Amino acid sequence: MSNGPLEIKAISGHAGPVPGRDTSRDYDVCKLVDVTTCIGCKACEVACLEWNGYPFRETVFDNTYQTMPDLAWNYYNLIRFNEHTASDGTFSWLMRKDQCMHCADPGCLRACPADGAIVQYANGIVDFQQENCIGCQYCVTGCPFNIPKFNPETKKVHKCTLCSDRVGVGLEPACIKACPTGCLHFGSKDDMKDLAGRRAQQLREHTAHTNAGVYDPPGVGGTHVIYVLHDISNPEAYGGLPANPRVPWTVKLWKGPLKWLGNLAMFGGLLGVTLHYLRFGPKQVKEDHAEGKS
Amino acid sequence: MTNGWIDIKNTDMMLIMGGNPAENHPCGFKWPIEAKRNRNAKMIVVDPRFTRTAATADLFVQLRTGTDIAFLGGLIRYVMENNRIAKDYLVQYTNAAFIVRKGFKLPEDGLYSGFDAATHTYDKATWNYEEGGDLKGKPDTPGDGAPSANPPALPADVAYDLTLEHPRTVFQLLRKHFSRYTPEMVERITGVPKDQFLKAADLFTSIRKDGDTKKVGTIIYAVGWTQHSSGTQTIRTAAMLQLLLGNVGRAGGGVNALRGHSNIQGATDMAGVFDLLPGYLKVPTMADVDLKTYLTRITPKAAKPGPWNSFNYWSNTPKFAVSLLKALYGEHARKENDWAFHYLPKIDRRYSWAEIWDDMYRGHVKGLLAFGMNGVAIGPNSSKNIDALKKADWLVVCEIYPDETSEFWKSPGITTDEMKQIQTTVYRLPGAGFAEKDGTFVNSARWLQWKNAALPPPGLARLDQEILARIFLKVRELYQKEGGKFPDPVLHATWNYTDPHNPSLAEIAKEINGRALADVTDPKLNQTIKAGQQLPGFAWLRDDGSTSSGNWIFCGSWTEAGAQIQRRGTEDPSGLGIYPNWAWSWPANRRVLYNRASCDLSGKPWDPDRAQVWWNEAQQKWVGNDVPDFKPDSPPKDHMGPFIMNPEGIGRLFVPLAGMADGPFPEHYEPTESPIDNPLHPQQTHNPLAKRFSTPLDKFGSPAEGYNIICTTYRLTEHYHYWTKNNPMNVQLVPEPFVEIPAELADEMGLRGGEKIKVTSARGHYLAKAMVTRRIKSMIVDGKKTYQIGIPIHWGYRGIAEDAGKTGLTTANQLSPAVTDPNAYTPEFKGFLVKIERA
Repeated sequence: MSNGPLEIKAISGHAGPVPGRDTSRDYDVCKLVDVTTCIGCKACEVACLEWNGYPFRETVFDNTYQTMPDLAWNYYNLIRFNEHTASDGTFSWLMRKDQCMHCADPGCLRACPADGAIVQYANGIVDFQQENCIGCQYCVTGCPFNIPKFNPETKKVHKCTLCSDRVGVGLEPACIKACPTGCLHFGSKDDMKDLAGRRAQQLREHTAHTNAGVYDPPGVGGTHVIYVLHDISNPEAYGGLPANPRVPWTVKLWKGPLKWLGNLAMFGGLLGVTLHYLRFGPKQVKEDHAEGKS
Repeated sequence: MTNGWIDIKNTDMMLIMGGNPAENHPCGFKWPIEAKRNRNAKMIVVDPRFTRTAATADLFVQLRTGTDIAFLGGLIRYVMENNRIAKDYLVQYTNAAFIVRKGFKLPEDGLYSGFDAATHTYDKATWNYEEGGDLKGKPDTPGDGAPSANPPALPADVAYDLTLEHPRTVFQLLRKHFSRYTPEMVERITGVPKDQFLKAADLFTSIRKDGDTKKVGTIIYAVGWTQHSSGTQTIRTAAMLQLLLGNVGRAGGGVNALRGHSNIQGATDMAGVFDLLPGYLKVPTMADVDLKTYLTRITPKAAKPGPWNSFNYWSNTPKFAVSLLKALYGEHARKENDWAFHYLPKIDRRYSWAEIWDDMYRGHVKGLLAFGMNGVAIGPNSSKNIDALKKADWLVVCEIYPDETSEFWKSPGITTDEMKQIQTTVYRLPGAGFAEKDGTFVNSARWLQWKNAALPPPGLARLDQEILARIFLKVRELYQKEGGKFPDPVLHATWNYTDPHNPSLAEIAKEINGRALADVTDPKLNQTIKAGQQLPGFAWLRDDGSTSSGNWIFCGSWTEAGAQIQRRGTEDPSGLGIYPNWAWSWPANRRVLYNRASCDLSGKPWDPDRAQVWWNEAQQKWVGNDVPDFKPDSPPKDHMGPFIMNPEGIGRLFVPLAGMADGPFPEHYEPTESPIDNPLHPQQTHNPLAKRFSTPLDKFGSPAEGYNIICTTYRLTEHYHYWTKNNPMNVQLVPEPFVEIPAELADEMGLRGGEKIKVTSARGHYLAKAMVTRRIKSMIVDGKKTYQIGIPIHWGYRGIAEDAGKTGLTTANQLSPAVTDPNAYTPEFKGFLVKIERA
């Protein structure tokens, strides 16, 4: 998923400066999902599959309109359908387009130990580079939204690219293009925040959704996919959208303050091995034992 | 649609009922969303289920399927009781002030005056206006009224009372008629709790609160209204409500039918119905012995209050009819032979969809050409259709996939031995898909839009027109060689195409538009259309054989200026979404019908911010952003009615004479299979004119026999009819058939989501998995706890899931009854009784 035209801001597990930094000036991009105008038509699901060239899969009936229970390594975009009864008895059928949130502070990138497997472009897109992925799945642990999915056959992890290959050449993501109601918008983060804010205000002032708001969680530094929700106080109702997502403390600790400990342990181990070699020499293998085993 | 898809963005209020546009018209649904986003418009959704449309609504109301007239009737009563009417509009633009003749009786007992119990028809003589002048303040004298003409006709000079106080004004009769539709009665019939009904009624009619005339509300519906035994009257009730509120003819208003298929509007326009000719001309009957008799019968005469004026546009019927005959039979249609009127088939009775299958079942129809439809799966009462096909001699199916019709003998339940007994010869023709054909679609907004073929048909597949042309030419050859009972209509049919075996659709489109056969001059415009030239519009059609047109309402679509239907101009100067240079809209590229009604009596728009047309005093004509739907030089002082297609010139609250088969006003009747007796008149529960068939397979169930669950059928976003079950992408999105079951009912049965169930009606059964949901709730109907379930119809016994053995191989329409509405002959797919059990 390498992209020439986009400027890279950060690279997972990479020592030294970021190549190409300060050469391109892409603005922060953002996808706005106005959940209040989503009709669950799944055009975005199909567009995503078709653009990414993934085959259609066999699914099974699961007592829901939702295509399948969760995202998959080759299914980046899923509308989550939830029947919800509010505390006042109001019934609603919530449909939320679920995909990578493209966090400004991406837990996946922080957790990833492989050089160049995850990059964050200057425009905010967090992209997996499968050719560098070592299949350790630390990114899965690092993601507070449960997005990256592992392909057991290739041992690589995949997720929504925010169509970096389209955005890089000036196109909107495939899902945006397919959306029939205009529930999906794409533009600069500032513009989308403004649009989302005004829409939420309109909902609060002119509809029964007096608690409408914009989901752009600060715990991950804000996201490059933001939602307008009917009820901002209860994102969990929309199919498990976390109320206050954060990069897991274990990842933060391990990749942050404790990183020197790891390095120390690694270098300590190496030192020990070297000392052991110097002191005792190479390991002697007993011939008879080896034969007896075979 | 009276209006159009884009125009919905101009509305302040939406009532979406009998339709589920978010799921079945997702692309068009952007316009309701635009109205909400840009105008803070309110959306009320009334449906048996909480749908994906309901998910975006401001207010959702769950009603019992088949009780829409009761709900809408309750709204009409609410409008009148709470003075939410558009008074000037009502008095001036509808027949509210007209006096109905003596002897007309309202259906307090379920029947209007004139009912004949033996034939189940009405003598409509009393369904008429009274003749003669202004009856303001005059007492209503007793008596039966003057005898009406025979055959009954509308009086030329209609009696009226502009104060609406005369007891026999349409307004007073309407008030009396709907006075029975109280919120309590609405609750008993529809199952909608009174407080919810009142909330919806107050919200929808709030546009006329405190005498406001600027705001506009729209009503949006689809086959959820039509597919009932009183379907046509349901739509009438909606139209009446819109007339009372003054919403017809206005941007953001109207009564808007969403057509379910890409060209269903075009099919209707081009006479895909047995009793219509192209352009909504009526098909001749056996009584129409010659053209004159026929034209006299179908050409209305103006009928209006004396001081008013009526354009009565259908008075031009002879021009449309003769031009059609010229298009059909060319030089063989001459004045001397009555323009070949005797070539036209005459109908002696109904030949609607359900009748065709009934006739085949009874052995009268020996063969069927099935193009672009899956007759077995679309039902109703599919088992009867399958049995009917077993009795046919031959069946031709033109399709892009094998389907339930082309393999009807594979229907579950037919044994191998039985299959061997079936003697029907089946011919399967490989058709072309929509992307492999050019031509036009007519959308719900009446736009004729040309499309290009994306790729050629694969393999041996052929275009529809080539297949039909080859069949026609072969039949004609047989008539030429062997003669026949009546060869002339076939031998003399016009067939002047460059490639007769594969006519181009562009040539056909030009032929439908029509051309001058001799020089035609309009002295008023001082303009002449030369012989051979394409006609610029239907105002040029003549009844002297000098013009031909295959469909008068399409005249103007392909002119000397080129193919209007291929235009792609994106200018919208008014900002109202009119886009006058995009494609072409019938009639006359007019985007909103009856748009004269968007102005007050003096010709000024009710809302200057949404000005469509207006009277220009300086130019002495109607001008505007849209094409005026009116006589362009008729000044407001002449009081010409805006509803120019009615002989009265006004919108009909009361439909006189033969307009409706089952009553001048709509009345609630229970669906043919219903859990209760009609609370309005238990002795007359059902529509007395709804047609039932009488074969052994036309069976009906009752609650006493255990059929006590209401079932409705519908379609999903993810599938298109019975096609997409062959497409892995769609199958992935919704893989299997299912039945939506209220969670409360599932709890009672101990049923969990995903378990297999069997749904049984008196006619057949359906096997699928249960989708247990809280989106359908139990209802209290006339004091009884009642459940509704729902079945999406998209599966059968051929398709990816079917072939993989993952489904029950039944079609949903094996459950539905073949009972038809008496006006449009649409079957009652949307509400019948079933029982359910674990399979």
